[in-house]
Amino acid sequence: MYLAVAVCNEYTVPMDNTAFQDIPGTYVFTGERAIEGRHLNRFCMSLMSAANRARFKAEERAYLDEWQMTESQKQAVLNRDFKALLEQGGNIFFVLKIAAVDGRPTQSVAASFAGQSTEEYAAMMRSGGRNPRGLRSISGRF
Amino acid sequence: MARITAGIGSSHVPAIGAALDGGRTAHPDWAPIFAGYEWSRRFVAEQKPDVIILVYNDHASAFSLDIVPTFAIGCADSFAPADEGWGPRRVPLVQGHSKLAWHIATSVVLDEFDLTIMNEMNVDHGLTVPMSLMLGQPAEWPVKVIPLAVNVIQYPTPTANRCFRLGEAIARAVKAFPEDLNVQVWGTGGMSHQLSGERAGLINREWDTKFLDQLTSDPDALRTMSHEEYVREAGSEGMELIMWLTMRGALGPKIRELHRFYHVPASNTAVGNVVFTPV
Repeated sequence: MYLAVAVCNEYTVPMDNTAFQDIPGTYVFTGERAIEGRHLNRFCMSLMSAANRARFKAEERAYLDEWQMTESQKQAVLNRDFKALLEQGGNIFFVLKIAAVDGRPTQSVAASFAGQSTEEYAAMMRSGGRNPRGLRSISGRF
Repeated sequence: MARITAGIGSSHVPAIGAALDGGRTAHPDWAPIFAGYEWSRRFVAEQKPDVIILVYNDHASAFSLDIVPTFAIGCADSFAPADEGWGPRRVPLVQGHSKLAWHIATSVVLDEFDLTIMNEMNVDHGLTVPMSLMLGQPAEWPVKVIPLAVNVIQYPTPTANRCFRLGEAIARAVKAFPEDLNVQVWGTGGMSHQLSGERAGLINREWDTKFLDQLTSDPDALRTMSHEEYVREAGSEGMELIMWLTMRGALGPKIRELHRFYHVPASNTAVGNVVFTPV
């Protein structure tokens, strides 16, 4: 179920999304994810307005019910479960707007994906970041 | 005649903007960054460009997912800093160059690069952080800026080769502009970083270094590289590096590297800054 046909342009770029499936622990925001996350990402974008941020903060559940999101997406918002949000079509730059409402730094959200505390993650970044060794390919091609 | 005199590559980490705006430039986490950009800041001040064509990406600020232009050129007279959820950065209004922007839009669309024309657009940290790093904190920006926004957050993003060729088309357009203007092209974003998934925090110093080397020695290797390789080696947000290829394409076949800085700060992103001149 891919959105483009699997042919190649004059170089080596395959014209579909399949290539990314071999990269572990990585979300690429494809058309399929955009379809699944359409209303979730629209809700996130609504938080760009201060008035909407205030309404969301005052009564999160009622505000979420104004959007055509799945119950599971709404629960992921309420639980600030960013991994679940990305698994259900959230785009990282859109779901980060929920963190902005909470005054929560991007680094803390990034840490949560790998189950690290913000302190552990920050220490890892200070020592040069996460080494890609062993994290390139599920099939072992790379 | 307008001429492209230099190309600059730079990361655009939002935390650096926050450190700058919050007066934390002396903090040990950030001081090495500002010291590392000193050379480029002096270079830009000495060169006094009239216009910077600034290739960058928007992060859900000017563009929601309702409209996703692959390439969008800012033709307005000015561009206001966007509110990214914590209030707009307190930096001056970005002054555009409508005449050159419209000339480029006309030239490259007829050259078969179909840009979206933006006559009203807010600009986020993707554009203003590189400006702060290399122009400092003046009351008014000393240079006009033509924002060129590239979609790198909704796949499909353009290929690295397409970005490179757009740079070549922009160079043809600039060369044909009758006014005597000193123009720089900046490619921004990157370097290796990934904000989500179990690989969040990925940094690939070895690959980043090779990327910087190959901008001079083998740009064909970079422009024919697949999206898969960019994401696998530089992380999901490392895809932003395709925007440096537009800068590289605009500089012509041979370039000289004048300066390079690379540092992994305490945020999420490897910071790279490189200055080239065409030869």
